[in-house]
Amino acid sequence: MHTMGSVVGLWVAVSLGYAAWPASAATPVEIQRGFEAAAREGNPGFAGFSAQRGEQFFKAKHSNDWSCASCHTANPLAPGKHATTAKDITPLAPSANPQRFTDAAKVDKWFKRNCNDVLGRLCTAQEKGDVLEYLTSLKK
Amino acid sequence: METASRRMLFDVTVWTASLFMTLVLVTREAMAGSSTFTATHPKWEAECGTCHIAYPPQLLPAPSWRRVMSGLDKHFGTDAGLDARTAAEIGVFLEQNAASGKRALAAPDTLRITETAWFQREHRKVPEAIWKHPAVKTRANCVACHTAAEQGDYRERNIRMPR
Ligand code: HEC
Ligand code: HEC
Ligand code: HEC
Repeated sequence: MHTMGSVVGLWVAVSLGYAAWPASAATPVEIQRGFEAAAREGNPGFAGFSAQRGEQFFKAKHSNDWSCASCHTANPLAPGKHATTAKDITPLAPSANPQRFTDAAKVDKWFKRNCNDVLGRLCTAQEKGDVLEYLTSLKK
Repeated sequence: METASRRMLFDVTVWTASLFMTLVLVTREAMAGSSTFTATHPKWEAECGTCHIAYPPQLLPAPSWRRVMSGLDKHFGTDAGLDARTAAEIGVFLEQNAASGKRALAAPDTLRITETAWFQREHRKVPEAIWKHPAVKTRANCVACHTAAEQGDYRERNIRMPR
């Protein structure tokens, strides 16, 4: 009877845990490790990520009219606004918005879309890692 | 006797008129379509509601939705690309709840709600200057005026024009 109770209790706790945990839960640190592995693979001379380079990349206009800052603003600790539709966007820096960089599939999806919009191509692992280094360096 | 039959004639007229009015109102409502949309789907909400509000499927006919969903990589000047499985699932939801009646009357190559005849008719009295208002920016920004659009509610009582 007693063990039955604990088994059921454990089962309930585990199921609730699964339900509360997003499918591909991750942390910004784990996601950064993924970028690092990819950057090393593409470039044997890889020498780390740089928040400063990331900031420049984030604020610069590339081939198109937009920069990352056009929608996320030049201050990623603050809420942004979509440049075309005017819809609000929650802050991109993890210290201001703990949901950011916790779902690898979501991060991949938006890097692909936004890099295509801003640069007309995909971002390299180096560029993504630099941007993430910059965003995690910002403290509220 | 005179007054009684006159009374009855009056009653019948009033009764018929009110029945007629009710029918007119009911069919008008049905023809114009409702202006509250409740059909929902979690993937549609999550994927189509990030860059703008998730536009109700009832506002575009099925062929238009099919075209929108087959060109997400080049979506009105932006990349809204999705994996094929999610796109197919959302496509089914959109087509199953697509516009019927008057709102379905759109050229088959129409991609925008804002270019349909019903949209232009409903909004013909909105002054040009309001569309250019900084809080509106684009006709596609329904929430700028339809304050409850995120809940699918486009009724007149919830319209507030920015000033
Ligand atoms: C046209 C507007 C726009 C531009 C330009 C833009 N973004 Fe975004 N970005 C968005 C929207 C919209 C979202 C998703 C909204 C949300 O999740 O709240 C998003 C989400 C993201 C995410 C997802 C983060 C997470 O974990 O939730 C990343 C990373 C990102 N953007 C990076 C960038 C970078 C890097 C650039 C420049 C190359 C850029 N964005 C340019 C609109 C834009
Ligand atoms: C990456 C951002 C993004 C995502 C994600 C996105 N859209 Fe859009 N959508 C836009 C932009 C930008 C416009 C153009 C707005 C304008 O011109 O004012 C637009 C416009 C539209 C329009 C036309 C609005 C009008 O003018 O009547 C429709 C319909 C539409 N989107 C449907 C969808 C559907 C369905 C999805 C989900 C599968 C989706 N969108 C996801 C960015 C996005
Ligand atoms: C600039 C403000 C504004 C914007 C933006 C706007 N509307 Fe409207 N809309 C109105 C007004 C005002 C009316 C009422 C028109 C009238 O009765 O003369 C209306 C009427 C409607 C109606 C009919 C409501 C009813 O009960 O009769 C629908 C449906 C609707 N709009 C949908 C949309 C959608 C969808 C969008 C975005 C794609 C949109 N509107 C954008 C102002 C706006």
